[in-house]
Amino acid sequence: MKARVHVMLKNGVLDPQGEAVRHALGALGFDGVNGVRQGKVIELDLADGATEADVTQMCEKLLANTVIESYSVEMG
Amino acid sequence: MRAAVVVFPGSNCDRDLAVAFEAAGAEVSMVWHKDDALPEGVDVVGIPGGFSYGDYLRCGAIAAQSNICNAVKAHADRGGYVLGVCNGFQVLTETGLLPGALLRNAGLKYICKTVGLKVETSNSDFTAGYNAGDVIDIPIAHHDGNYFADADTIKRLQDADRVAFTYEDNPNGAQADIAGILSANRRVLGMMPHPERAADIGHGGTDGAALFRALVGALATA
Repeated sequence: MKARVHVMLKNGVLDPQGEAVRHALGALGFDGVNGVRQGKVIELDLADGATEADVTQMCEKLLANTVIESYSVEMG
Repeated sequence: MRAAVVVFPGSNCDRDLAVAFEAAGAEVSMVWHKDDALPEGVDVVGIPGGFSYGDYLRCGAIAAQSNICNAVKAHADRGGYVLGVCNGFQVLTETGLLPGALLRNAGLKYICKTVGLKVETSNSDFTAGYNAGDVIDIPIAHHDGNYFADADTIKRLQDADRVAFTYEDNPNGAQADIAGILSANRRVLGMMPHPERAADIGHGGTDGAALFRALVGALATA
């Protein structure tokens, strides 16, 4: 069973890497990119029977730092 | 007075921190990240700079879940002293012993240079060797030193006189120029700059030595 966790910096938390990517896109001639936010995706290969609640606990304890990051879990 | 310095895979300031504690008169032991317990009678734990566990996931995140960090948390909960420098500060925020988080530097670059630090409070056993308002020269060396906390937390830290040091010329985008903060009981200090790299005449500066002298002095007489 697979789960996919998306971790993003919360809105309002400066994302200098996203900003750098936005500038680079502008320099390549891609106009109209008003914002870029960069996050990460963590794929988990889980034993059968694992639940979304288990993955949520993993996020709270380790995978995300909820002071600065938000996360979402996709099962299956 | 006994100090312990934690060694993670990827720590690279552990020996410097130990030398600074020793020069101030502490008896120092090194503890490995897989150890379950601190040595008997440890007064202060030093969490050194470096790149614990390769900075994987987030700086300090994996170190914060290590065996020894559980012992460090228990030590702090008992009122024990902890000094976290650079990666050590990141570890302390990840453990929840200090509030906030350290983000990527606003300018995206790793910064390695000596900066002016303003001592914001002398009201702690770490900073009692300075006067509030003193400006000291201490090296920084980090990529993720941009201190972030929500506005309420920043205000709470400021109102409780828990900001230990601020940057004279903010190098990394840190909120309120914060370079180091204290816990509510003033016994846990996390700071991005490296006082242990300004603790010997051979370092080119000795402004950091007063921190170790004050701490060791206070705990030796306690």
